Amino acid sequence: MPADIDAVVIANTRLSEDYSVLALAAPEIAARARPGQFVMVKPSRGMDPLLRRPFSIFEVLRDSNGTPTAITLLNKRVGVGTGLLYEIEAGARVACLGPLGRPFEPIDPPAEAWMVAGGVGLAPFATLAEALRARGTKSTLFYGARRASELYYTGFFERLDVQLVLTTEDGSQGIKGLVTGPLKDALVHLRTGRPVQLYVCGPTRMMQAVARLAEASGRACDVSLEQVMGCGLGGCYSCVVLARNAGGVPHFVRSCLDGPVFDSRRIVWDVLTH
Amino acid sequence: MDLSVTVGSLRLPNPLIAASGCFGYGVEYSEVVDLSSLGGVAVKGLFLEPREGHAPPRIVETPAGMLNAIGLQGIGVHRFIQEKLPELRERRAIVFVNICGTTVDEYVELARILSDQEGVAALELNISCPNIKEGGITFGCSLPGTHAVVNAVRKVTRLPVIPKLTPNVTNIASLARAAEEAGADAISLVNTFLAMAIDIETRRPKLSNIVGGLSGPAIRPIAVRMVYECRQAVKVPILGMGGIATPADVLEFMIAGATAVQIGTANFVDPFIWRTLLDGLRAYMARHNLSRLTELTGTLDTSRKEQAWISS
Repeated sequence: MPADIDAVVIANTRLSEDYSVLALAAPEIAARARPGQFVMVKPSRGMDPLLRRPFSIFEVLRDSNGTPTAITLLNKRVGVGTGLLYEIEAGARVACLGPLGRPFEPIDPPAEAWMVAGGVGLAPFATLAEALRARGTKSTLFYGARRASELYYTGFFERLDVQLVLTTEDGSQGIKGLVTGPLKDALVHLRTGRPVQLYVCGPTRMMQAVARLAEASGRACDVSLEQVMGCGLGGCYSCVVLARNAGGVPHFVRSCLDGPVFDSRRIVWDVLTH
Repeated sequence: MDLSVTVGSLRLPNPLIAASGCFGYGVEYSEVVDLSSLGGVAVKGLFLEPREGHAPPRIVETPAGMLNAIGLQGIGVHRFIQEKLPELRERRAIVFVNICGTTVDEYVELARILSDQEGVAALELNISCPNIKEGGITFGCSLPGTHAVVNAVRKVTRLPVIPKLTPNVTNIASLARAAEEAGADAISLVNTFLAMAIDIETRRPKLSNIVGGLSGPAIRPIAVRMVYECRQAVKVPILGMGGIATPADVLEFMIAGATAVQIGTANFVDPFIWRTLLDGLRAYMARHNLSRLTELTGTLDTSRKEQAWISS
């Protein structure tokens, strides 16, 4: 059962003019969160905007005893709700419902995990990287952003022994271009007998491109889709994606219940990117 | 304190019903709320056959409200009976099955099928969905159409028959009267208001269906007025809805004439809203020395306004 916490904002750390990391005191959610799950957050007390918004759980924060006390959200200012959350100050309260949704399943060794993140799509990978490390699974993060100043938390992943492959669109750090460039090279050079599981979150077109690369190279690939959600609990049927069932027939399924993590082969991408 | 209300042959423990289209098939919420503690659960509208519904984007927010154009995605009545009804029965939910058809015969067929099922408490006739082209609202927008559907379903079921009316008409009270004359046991109102929102940068509609239904607190005063108008036009109980988000909103609808109410959009914002609403109703009853909540229905006092009119 998800918990609904009237969570105190512990801190709202602005990383740039668009990005912030919002820390919320929500021990019940933090204790149960699994990699790739999300929360529904109400950005204001008022009625405009009216609905909550879905956010990946970014980090699980713990006290000195290791007890989970809080979660953080990686927030990118794109609209009214994310704008309000960017501006919110420590001490304020926000309603936070979760954890929700189907999580990433961290793979066990000897398989390796390749995480592919674009922009704010980094969010689900902090907890996944921790889970992978706890299992002793070797992991790599392919992480792309517009520019060097928007590559965040690289130190966090380095400390978890995650191998980093960074790209920027303007070439200001790492490899110039899109994250799919070095990923494609790595997949081409990968020995067939070396098992690798891909995990992807980012802009829809990037996820589609990665899904194609994964399919071409015969690698399993899980994507975390970000859809507009009304409720997060399966009540409203607004967050649907066209996904194939076991028989290969596409149907609209609710990404809050069946996802947000899907096997990429299920997704009918052309409908999603339309 | 007695919060129970009577709707036709149904006795509900309280007047708070989860609105169709806003609560899935009920089972989605069984971990969040004790379904048997609700006045009822109106499940997502069902056709005979499964439907995929519209392409996303299906919702967009507007001030104090939201537009939706889901397009009645659903699993169809047969899968509902097999996959959802057993759990609803087990959890002792009072189930209002919302049914949709493109012809009168389809409503009749749905009513026949569901009348044989244990655990169905009432049939809510969806003759008011603004988001599909065929059927449904075509009946709900005309007096003969409303009469025909209600009358035909009435003849084949002993379950309470509750047509859900659209507000997208000139005179909703006349449709309420047509429904009552055709044998409705109660009426639900209102469904959503046909509306639209446009992205001015791309000049494209924000919904894939171009238009959608507006719900949420933005529509509440109009819905209250419509409940008030219908209360004066019919004797059957009214299930009032439209933007209810607080205990005060529930009370407002009841005073205007609703016997029970339905909660829709507010459940998206706060899935634990039911306890808040019940606590608020009890506090009001204590404050006003009401032993039975149902005594409140239709108690709107307009005398002061009339006096002012006469003296001026």
